[in-house]
Amino acid sequence: MNAIQVILIVVVAFLAGMEGILDQWQFHQPLVACTLIGLVTGNLGLGVMLGGQLQMIALGWANIGAAVAPDAALAAIASAIILVKGGQGTAGIGTATGVAIPLAVAGLFLTMIVRTISTAIVHIMDAEAKKSNWRMINIWQWIAVALQGLRIAIPAAALLAIPSDTVKNALGSMPTWLSAGMTIGGGMVVAVGYAMVINMMASREVWPFFAIGFAFAAIQNLTLIALGAIGLSLALMYLALESKGGNNGNSGNNSATGDPLGDVIDDY
Amino acid sequence: MADKKISLNKADRFSVMWHSQFLQGSWNYERMQNGGWAYSLIPALRKLYPDKADLSAALQRHLVFFNTHPYLASPIIGVTLALEEDRANGSKIDDTAIQGVKVGMMGPLAGVGDPVFWYTVRPIVGALGASMAINGNILGPILFFVIWNLIRIAFLWYTQEFGYRAGSAITKDMSGGLLQKVTRGASMMGMFVLGALIQRWVSIKFVPIVSKVQIQKGGYIDWNALPSGAAGVKDALTQYNLGNGLALDKFKVTTLQNNLDSLIPGLAGLLLTFLCMWLLKKKVSPIWIIIGIFVVGVVFHLWNIL
Repeated sequence: MNAIQVILIVVVAFLAGMEGILDQWQFHQPLVACTLIGLVTGNLGLGVMLGGQLQMIALGWANIGAAVAPDAALAAIASAIILVKGGQGTAGIGTATGVAIPLAVAGLFLTMIVRTISTAIVHIMDAEAKKSNWRMINIWQWIAVALQGLRIAIPAAALLAIPSDTVKNALGSMPTWLSAGMTIGGGMVVAVGYAMVINMMASREVWPFFAIGFAFAAIQNLTLIALGAIGLSLALMYLALESKGGNNGNSGNNSATGDPLGDVIDDY
Repeated sequence: MADKKISLNKADRFSVMWHSQFLQGSWNYERMQNGGWAYSLIPALRKLYPDKADLSAALQRHLVFFNTHPYLASPIIGVTLALEEDRANGSKIDDTAIQGVKVGMMGPLAGVGDPVFWYTVRPIVGALGASMAINGNILGPILFFVIWNLIRIAFLWYTQEFGYRAGSAITKDMSGGLLQKVTRGASMMGMFVLGALIQRWVSIKFVPIVSKVQIQKGGYIDWNALPSGAAGVKDALTQYNLGNGLALDKFKVTTLQNNLDSLIPGLAGLLLTFLCMWLLKKKVSPIWIIIGIFVVGVVFHLWNIL
């Protein structure tokens, strides 16, 4: 890996760290982060595949509510770097997925540290506001965002500093039963993200939609876009019929809507 | 009087929208998005309050607690811009009115943003991209990135403009049924897609063999009787007939997975998801569940179950 590649990796990691808190451009989502790491290291295809795999696991991870979601940014960046350095090619994807999980937990603690530091930063902003010094408020906002970027960039740089041979040996010494088992675990662990989302959204009136979606998905000819179109149409039809259905719909309407909306608001 | 009026033009409002992307940048445990909120408004406040004391007061009044969904902050910003503009032009709008609008809107709007963006749009667009990416298709991440950001930027801009035009009148629309409808519609579509995703992507394959039946002669391909070379390959393929003809082996093997699939494909994944939901409701940390699943994967693989 040459110097330019190292710099580019750290830049990608920095972007992912910023986005991990901002949640706007989605550079922290594995699909984007792993692809970019793959791109700058010349392993584009490998990065794309790992990104797809991790994205499936991380679909339900969101910055909300009482349940703390694991950190996708560090998981994606670090496991992509390990995959590239390990040099096992596509065979290493299963292991990289397994390694990503403890990293996601580690990322969680790092973001908690930065969010605590940010408490001090907004107090500085208070003082600057009293002096009506808006430029300094801007600068402190940038510093806070930059700290979140460093949260991922520093661990990435540290990983890069480890010689490739060490990574290769560590991965190579892993018995096949362990890496095969982790690949199997990676296929199942997707369920956790879905379960988190369902727990947030489910109410009595939406379960039939879930059942229909599950049954339809067995038809392999239907692509995800087709399934999305069916789901959207069903929801629109349901709402349209309900508003035409007269007064009967009202009682069911109120009791059912209070549920998901109320739950989410309570978390804030 | 008209020439004295300070108003925010489109460029100012766009600048605010651009800044608002940093809303969560200084997210902190004390007042959450307050720093980002003040940062977002700075381009507007600077123009509205040329006087230093006024600007200082405005900055301080926007550094109080604020927290909502990062995208749904845009309509609130729009309304706040309208209010601040009126105030700068001499209307009697006190601090509590502005705070009231902010606090009144942030709760309900956060309740819309989470199900719509985090639970419906992102899982759908993410799964669409990921399902292509798993096979190494570069279009997967590109589609995800482009579609998501188009939706996002359009949403930030148009809802902020909507809030700015509607002003405080927006609070009346909010209590109406529209927002609830959007939230419920998103939940319905989200649940539909989740059902489909669980069927397609939670992969569990049980390998134990349930039965091994010998197929009678003539029901399977007799490999020894085939001509050699390419003709033999052709013969075998013809006899196999894409799985509709003769069997490949002497034995018909049925795994536990085949049995489960004949009930309903994806049943095991569904049950696993329900188990996870139950554990999460029992307040088990998702991280422990994830680690547990990996351990189960390795152990069951060693026992030849998976």
